[in-house]
Amino acid sequence: MTLAIRLPQAGLRRYGSLLSPMAWGALAVAAAVVLLSLFAPVLAPYDPDYVDLNNVLAGPSGQHLLGTDALGRDLLSRLMHGGRTSLLGPTVVVIGSTVLGLLLGLVAGWSEGWLGKVLGRLFDLLFAFPALLMAMLAIALFGKGLLAPILAMTIAYVPYVARLAQSLVVAERGRPYVQAYRVLGFRTPWVVLGRVLPNLIPTVGAQSTLNFGYVLADLAALSFIGLGVQPPTSDWGAMIEESRGALLGGYILPAFWPALVVVLVVVAVNVIGEELSDRIGGKLS
Amino acid sequence: MTATDQVQATTAPGTPTRQRDKRSAVQPAVYIVKKLLALVLTLFVASLAVFFSRFLVPGDPARFLLRGRSPKPEALEEITRQFGLDKPAWEQYLNWLGGILQGDWGRSLTYRQDVSDVLLGRLPTTLQLVALAAVFITVLGLFAGIAASLNKGFGDRFILITLTAAGAVPPFVAAIALVALFSVGLGWFPSFGSGDGGWDRIWHLTLPALALGITYIAMVARVTRSSMNEQLLREHVEVATSRGLTRGSVVARHVLRNALGPILTVSGVLVAGLLVSSAIIERTFGLSGIGQLLVQSIDRLDFGVVQAIVMVVVAAFVLVNTVVDLIQPLIDPRIAAGTESR
Repeated sequence: MTLAIRLPQAGLRRYGSLLSPMAWGALAVAAAVVLLSLFAPVLAPYDPDYVDLNNVLAGPSGQHLLGTDALGRDLLSRLMHGGRTSLLGPTVVVIGSTVLGLLLGLVAGWSEGWLGKVLGRLFDLLFAFPALLMAMLAIALFGKGLLAPILAMTIAYVPYVARLAQSLVVAERGRPYVQAYRVLGFRTPWVVLGRVLPNLIPTVGAQSTLNFGYVLADLAALSFIGLGVQPPTSDWGAMIEESRGALLGGYILPAFWPALVVVLVVVAVNVIGEELSDRIGGKLS
Repeated sequence: MTATDQVQATTAPGTPTRQRDKRSAVQPAVYIVKKLLALVLTLFVASLAVFFSRFLVPGDPARFLLRGRSPKPEALEEITRQFGLDKPAWEQYLNWLGGILQGDWGRSLTYRQDVSDVLLGRLPTTLQLVALAAVFITVLGLFAGIAASLNKGFGDRFILITLTAAGAVPPFVAAIALVALFSVGLGWFPSFGSGDGGWDRIWHLTLPALALGITYIAMVARVTRSSMNEQLLREHVEVATSRGLTRGSVVARHVLRNALGPILTVSGVLVAGLLVSSAIIERTFGLSGIGQLLVQSIDRLDFGVVQAIVMVVVAAFVLVNTVVDLIQPLIDPRIAAGTESR
């Protein structure tokens, strides 16, 4: 009788076999949206702000693949350009909150004394401020636009990353490899940043991926109520707001496309995030 | 999928991963006092944050508070006197806090009324909206969660996929979709205004409440489902079934009751989330509640009102969380005794 042991494949191929078909689909949707938005200036068929009053609220046709809005602007072009602002905000927030949260979480998790406790309390306190509320407070302080809500939401999402990182570090701290490095006299910063941090990345990455979807929805909502991106800049939330008049008149498409894209992106991001946390989360949750 | 659900349940935005102190809480009195002290401390620090946020804005505070208005010398003088801007920061804070505790929340610049009066006038609409949303969340969320957990296989998959999709629909998109379908398309529900009270009010608030609650309906359903699944495998459920109890009474008395804990845990987040999202929903449906007031006050640069509403929402969140912490031992005594960690 032979005993076969299947070793995990090396490198990226391993992740290929790890992802479910649904996650691949989600990844494809996300990649398509990102690429279309990124290359909007080259790919978009029309100027997103070009007004054509002879061709308002047109249905999908060969000339306008998704139709036009109440001012005759090409919806596909507006969607693609709007994606640039709609995706930029969450990207900045997620990167900022992940870096800050990881740093604070590492410090909080590593220090056994009062510092860890104080930081833990601080995270608890930040949880009491919903991100959208913090963003609105920031807009009230610093004025409308994207900058204030992006800064506020970065801070609001720090505790989600930091609390997770803290609990992971506490778990890692007790593991033999850390003890071994300590006994061997390696310096703390090297152990923490070089050896502990890489072990946090997958789990924290999964959390941050999920955060991306929430931030995207919140920023779009702010633009929708007129507090975020200001016209004429196109943004998915703002596009839905602009289309409300047409919607009440029975023209659904101008509001439908941006709504569909927002939901598609959030679903895709959630599926990817959950898949990630599923794959790595087994040992953690 | 259980692992996923738990990750989801503990990491959705606004869901704090709460730490329970296992050593404390042996005696109920100690447990209650500790929770209340934590409540007061959190509210105190939150009030500091809300008050001093104004100091982040560089420049003359009187001019900041009067942005967008013509800053006549007498108006600047008036605002300086009203807010005590010439006094040291800590004294301003103490005056503000003292005022809030005594029901004096300052005056609104746009309404020329006391902030507390403006808020009280708007409160009923928001409370009715949030209450109706809470009813939808409880009924639909519990129902979908229970149905998913009891129908293994296709039913479970179907409900789960629907929930994943529903959970990804932001409230403002849900609002637009509901209006398109039920107001413009079918003409069943109104798309604007809050109606005259009674049934008319509920009829007007149905679409807003559904839009407001959609994320949390999905969230409660998922938590219910995974919590039920966990309980269904427990020994006491098996014992109850083998004793010959009907399926209904096993589910109601032995599964659902034990599954309520995690559902209750998310309710603090839920209330805060509903209050914040009501800003967007109320504006979309033209309901004059606190949420719409918040957006209008940001628009009209009425910072005193914004500050008050932010404080109210944060306080509501902290209060509900404390109440949940205090109720949970009544449902499951093991939590206070510290023998069961969820």
